[in-house]
Amino acid sequence: MTPRALSGEVLLAYKLLVNDRAKFAALLLGITFAVFLMLMMMSMFAGVLQRSSSAVINVGAKMWVMDPAVTTPASSIPMPDYVQDAVRSISGVRYAVPLYSGAGMVKLSDGTFQACSIIGLDDTSLFGRPRLIEGKIEDIYAENGFIVIEDADYEKLKSPRIGAEFEINNNRAVIVGLAKVTISGLFGIPTLYTTYSRAIQYLPQTQFTVSYVLVEPRSAADVPHIKAEVKRLGYLALTEDEFINQTASWYEFHTGLGMNILIMTVVSFIVGLSISGQTFYTFIIENLERFGALKAIGAKGSELVAMILFQSTFTALTGYGLGIGLCAALMALAKARLPDYAAIMTFTSLGLALALVIIIVAISSYIGVRRVLRIEPFDIFRS
Amino acid sequence: MTVADTTGTASPARETGPGPGARKAIVATDIDKYFGEGEARTQALKRVSFEARFGEMLYIVGPSGSGKTTMLSVVSGILRPEAGSVVVKDRNIWQMAPDEICEFRLRSIGFVFQDYHLFPRLTTAENVAIPLILQKRPWDEAIAEAERYLKIVGLEGRAHLPPVKLSGGEQQRVAIARAIVSQPDVLIFDEPTASLDGDTGRSIVHFVRHEVLTDKRCIVIVTHDARIYEFAHRILRMEDGQLKGVEDGASTIGD
Repeated sequence: MTPRALSGEVLLAYKLLVNDRAKFAALLLGITFAVFLMLMMMSMFAGVLQRSSSAVINVGAKMWVMDPAVTTPASSIPMPDYVQDAVRSISGVRYAVPLYSGAGMVKLSDGTFQACSIIGLDDTSLFGRPRLIEGKIEDIYAENGFIVIEDADYEKLKSPRIGAEFEINNNRAVIVGLAKVTISGLFGIPTLYTTYSRAIQYLPQTQFTVSYVLVEPRSAADVPHIKAEVKRLGYLALTEDEFINQTASWYEFHTGLGMNILIMTVVSFIVGLSISGQTFYTFIIENLERFGALKAIGAKGSELVAMILFQSTFTALTGYGLGIGLCAALMALAKARLPDYAAIMTFTSLGLALALVIIIVAISSYIGVRRVLRIEPFDIFRS
Repeated sequence: MTVADTTGTASPARETGPGPGARKAIVATDIDKYFGEGEARTQALKRVSFEARFGEMLYIVGPSGSGKTTMLSVVSGILRPEAGSVVVKDRNIWQMAPDEICEFRLRSIGFVFQDYHLFPRLTTAENVAIPLILQKRPWDEAIAEAERYLKIVGLEGRAHLPPVKLSGGEQQRVAIARAIVSQPDVLIFDEPTASLDGDTGRSIVHFVRHEVLTDKRCIVIVTHDARIYEFAHRILRMEDGQLKGVEDGASTIGD
């Protein structure tokens, strides 16, 4: 931006700010550091929450029927088969299919074991299948067929290609396809997809085997009715968003994760506020007499307030941008080194960080503005 | 406008002072000013009246606490008096709205503060340009004008230096350039020689008297530096918030 493009007062405020390099650097450091810490915390939290609902997002069913005691997708409680039939008979249900969600130990060719998440898709519809990048989906019906998800945890299965073999619970398994999913799982273990019937055949089971019943309502208007009917059966029906929110809520309030993140975010906020507030206050105090001189010369209070607000806003936005850049760079570096690194920068966390930065600079500028407005030009003569 | 227009040329008025019939720049009438509340309330100015004329260099002198700085603040629209009126350039400033007073001060009154109050992070030219910038003049134009005024006060080539790189006398000249850059009709100096050695102080006031004062400008100086009394056309003596007398400047030499 050229000097001509700015009003003289804004340029004056800009020069007063940036020409004091030590203080400007301290201000930027405070804001940048605060934004970095807050964003890292919130990004980590957002990443964990997103991954905790990865199964729900990847399968993509509009409604999920489950035992009312289920807290997260990973803690499914098997339901009897009749639930699926009962749900299918509810008016407003276009279709309903079972889903198996469990875990198993895979014995690799070298004799080592690796825990895996295993998803069993409805044999008929394969509803919720992943996007294949190698192989054909119909091969999942082949003998011992499994599809492996090529994500950050894929290497833990020794990066198997199509035709690779391993054992699950003393059953032979063959990779028939490689696929991608939208979001990797939270627990850092590889994911295998197969049919529902093969999943319950290969893995040791409890009396009941249906983890979830996935429901496609005829219309959004049918959702309340379906939920009510499922509740009458003694089970719980949640929409996709409700299930994701329930999962997030559980991780927030039952694991200590939410509280820890909140504490760290508040600490970051306080650190940022302390550094920036103190530095900006010192900056104002050091220039207080000169602001008084400006008042004596004829500057209006509103003009001085505008100058201070410009200075604080400029510092805030610059520090905010630097903080985002630093956070993004470190996250990219971490993701390059650690494939499981879960942090994601969301618009919500960016918005929250911006809101907190605005609060920091609002408090800092309020203190500065108060001092500047309170100084009497007469005091300049008395100095 | 030329340099000569700005600084003025020697004229009888500047040598002898304007006569009583000269146009009045400031008319202060029956000024009362109080500070504090309740029992701590004290009267800083007691029914003070005086006039300052265009082409005149008027001193306000007196011991510390006599009310001279308060008087300066009242007549420049900075400190509102409890009673009395101040007419500057035929306008009663205390009947103006606060923002109007600011605007009037910006365009009609120039200040040179005792400690100069220059911004150390700005260049000399940027410091001088401040009144023009506050008048919404474009930045480049304001800086060019400021550089012209720096030349007038003898600081050519110093425009891009920060004030801290200048001597006390030079900083005083920068402050003078800042005060006159918007061509005000009234100039207010607060203890202009307080931070300077005797020779530098005298040379600064000599410069002000001979290069800054014009027939169309009035300069009011608050001081208690008797070494510069000789440059005054008239001297108002204040004591205990009251005007104790008006003297001719020349008659005070040797005080």
